[in-house]
Amino acid sequence: MSMAATGQDFGERELADVTEAGPPPKRVVVGYGFWIFLLSDIVMFSALFAAYAVLAKATAGGPTGAQLFDQQNVALETAFLLLSSYSCGLMSMAINSRSYFGAYLGAAVTFLLGAAFLFLELREFHSMIAIGAAPQRSAFLSAFFTLVGCHGLHVTIGLIWLALMMAQLAMRGFRPVVERRLLCFALFWHALDIIWVTIFTVVYLMGVLR
Amino acid sequence: MSLFGKLTWSAIPFDVPIVIGTVAFVAIGILAVLAWITAKGAWPYLWREWITSVDHKRIGVMYLALAMVMLVRGFSDAIMMRTQQAVAAGGAQGYLPPEHFDQIFSAHGTIMIFFVAMPLVIGMMNFVVPMQLGIRDVAFPTMNSVSFWLTASGVLLTNASLAFGEFAKTGWVAYPPLSELQFSPGVGVDYYLWSLQISGIGTLLTGVNFVTTILKMRAPGMSYMRMPVFCWTALASNLLIVAAFPVLTALFAMLLLDRYLGFHFFTVNAGGNAMMYVNLFWVWGHPEVYILVLPAFGIFSEVSATFSGKPLFGYRSMVFATISFCVLAYSVWLHHFFTMGASANVNAIFGIASMIIGVPTGVKIFNWLFTMYGGRVRFNVPVLWTIGFMVSFVFGGLTGVLLALPPVDWQVHNSLFLVAHFHHVIVPGVLFGVMAGYNYWFPKAFGFKLHEGWGKASFWCWFIGFHLAFMPLYVVGLMGMTRRLQHYDVVSWQPWLWVAEVGAVVVLAGIVCQAVQLVVSIRHREELRDTTGDPWNGRTLEWATASPPPAWNFAFLPRVGEIDAFWERKERVRSGQEPAAAPRHYEPIEAPRNSATGFVTAFFAVITGFALIWHIWWMAGLGVLGAAVTLLAFMFRPEGEVEIAVEQIAQFDRAHPVEVTL
Repeated sequence: MSMAATGQDFGERELADVTEAGPPPKRVVVGYGFWIFLLSDIVMFSALFAAYAVLAKATAGGPTGAQLFDQQNVALETAFLLLSSYSCGLMSMAINSRSYFGAYLGAAVTFLLGAAFLFLELREFHSMIAIGAAPQRSAFLSAFFTLVGCHGLHVTIGLIWLALMMAQLAMRGFRPVVERRLLCFALFWHALDIIWVTIFTVVYLMGVLR
Repeated sequence: MSLFGKLTWSAIPFDVPIVIGTVAFVAIGILAVLAWITAKGAWPYLWREWITSVDHKRIGVMYLALAMVMLVRGFSDAIMMRTQQAVAAGGAQGYLPPEHFDQIFSAHGTIMIFFVAMPLVIGMMNFVVPMQLGIRDVAFPTMNSVSFWLTASGVLLTNASLAFGEFAKTGWVAYPPLSELQFSPGVGVDYYLWSLQISGIGTLLTGVNFVTTILKMRAPGMSYMRMPVFCWTALASNLLIVAAFPVLTALFAMLLLDRYLGFHFFTVNAGGNAMMYVNLFWVWGHPEVYILVLPAFGIFSEVSATFSGKPLFGYRSMVFATISFCVLAYSVWLHHFFTMGASANVNAIFGIASMIIGVPTGVKIFNWLFTMYGGRVRFNVPVLWTIGFMVSFVFGGLTGVLLALPPVDWQVHNSLFLVAHFHHVIVPGVLFGVMAGYNYWFPKAFGFKLHEGWGKASFWCWFIGFHLAFMPLYVVGLMGMTRRLQHYDVVSWQPWLWVAEVGAVVVLAGIVCQAVQLVVSIRHREELRDTTGDPWNGRTLEWATASPPPAWNFAFLPRVGEIDAFWERKERVRSGQEPAAAPRHYEPIEAPRNSATGFVTAFFAVITGFALIWHIWWMAGLGVLGAAVTLLAFMFRPEGEVEIAVEQIAQFDRAHPVEVTL
């Protein structure tokens, strides 16, 4: 919506102490709104973290985190996800300089790294369920699968979103609406990193403490 | 597993006359309305101007209409409960069997909080905030429409439980382990959870939308400390939505996982922890109280300033009190369950924190009183609701300070004393506020005022009936009557509950007066017409445009140089310092396109929710697929906004001259 037309009726007297310039460009509004959404998403994760913290010791005689977590697998997952954030940053820079090749390359690397992360996570889940450490086994495992799975679900949505954005970029080129959405995607992807770092610490590192 | 999951003919309660009668009555009513719309040929108009509208004013009106209808539903539940408790004393069982009574008190609480109070305040914010900020719409107009329709989906699902299956019998808080599959194997809790998950997404998007709008989209010159207090309270309320509703979403997701996939978050075995549910519920639930009450505080601020003809007393202290609610709201949740068995020190800390909430409340009450003091107060209907609120709310607040004392709370926990207390803060604090706002802003929305006489009759019925209904509940609460009793043995409680019943009937008269007020006002709209756009001699920017306003609100974005910019400008015009109008050079305005996204998304949300409640997996899959395709269609829709031509804007301004242009 254009905010260009403003009233000319007020005298100059009032305008002397006007400090606010009126609504900013749409790019700023959309980015800001998406930040607010991300904050709400982080609040949701904080509730899941709280539940995990409460139930972490409630293993009901079943396996504990120290018995289940494979540090090597988690280290690889972390490496893939953090690297994907780096490539996502390179993609954003390519978008800023209007480079199609850079944008597609950055997106492809980000997608592959994200998919590799997801593969490792699903393999971990599968191996746990195979030995009877399913979410139905204990409150600890319920909380574990929900917290880590919710992050994995976010990564999945991110991958679908990224693929759709590349389709949009191919169809429409560097238009403001496409750029705004790519900006939001980048914010989303980096936020998932922040949450993963907390999961890595609270779940996997603290989980193997004796 | 059959094709329709758990859904069979036996789900429809043909054998319960009260329910099936209600269902038949509502169905006939809906069919009559649909037939009337069809006969009038109004579908294209409804589709174009309302259902697909992304105009914040239309969406606000739809929220309010939805909430008013649900108020009738929630009140019907209330008067049924009052009647049951009035008669079911001694050996008598009353007319409602326990399993029906349990559904009624659960539905009453759920509907009144989520589908009456929430849409009332969100509707008010939708209608008013962009105009008070001097802008043309919210930050994300299409998302706003999605929010509304998702709320409507939740309403539809909750009410569908009347005809198909049952509603929760757990109380509106659905505490486990009672709400777990083991103890509530029916679909009632699932109706509760999916309705609130779906409408909760809508509410969260509203929060994101309004925080962004208020923090980023104000008219030129409107710095934070020049915003009307209603915008401040809306900001605080929406910040709380963003920070609190995700907790509810996560919490309900956990309970759903317990119920659907056999997880153990809150179960009695395998390490589940039911008290965690109670804690997380009130981490959302206590801020929710302020989400509801703060916008109403904003309305009282606007009304007391306008009708006293004075600036609001203590604007800055009002702003700081509003924001301090935002912070304090998160420090008191444990006072909802002092009896959990936390240590005395923990209870003491939360008790003290709860009493501190009284400080910003006191600041606000005194500010409103001092605003009226020395003013030429006009006792129109909005002012009556405001004064009625102040008297009642102080009383309700004082009983709250009593409950904040852990030793006292241990005595009256879960008694009717508590029920009386929270009705005594929420009904005056939210409903009276919205009624004040409804009477105050109605002429802005529709171009004519509401009838004063019927409005006053409605206020007095509500005010008297409300106190008649709830004062006796304090008494029986202190006498030991716990909440949610389908029948009781202590016959000495019965006279008090008959007084409460009379009170409920008087409130019913108030609701009838409100309906009559609307009908009478529509019929006499020519006499009640407001042609100035400023019927109350208002102070803030929404009165600086025509009534009803054009889709674009303002042909020129106002420039703001002080608090109460419109009032100050009128003063300068009256004293001859400035001319009333200046030559205008119109420019075309870009407006967002109408969008069916909200309606279609909500359609699929209802399908998905209903299918999940009844375990009809193929239908749930189709619903999710439909919603995803809708989202894709929105993502790939043709770009561009519609442009409103200069001639159209100029023509509107000529047809609707306002006294003073901004």
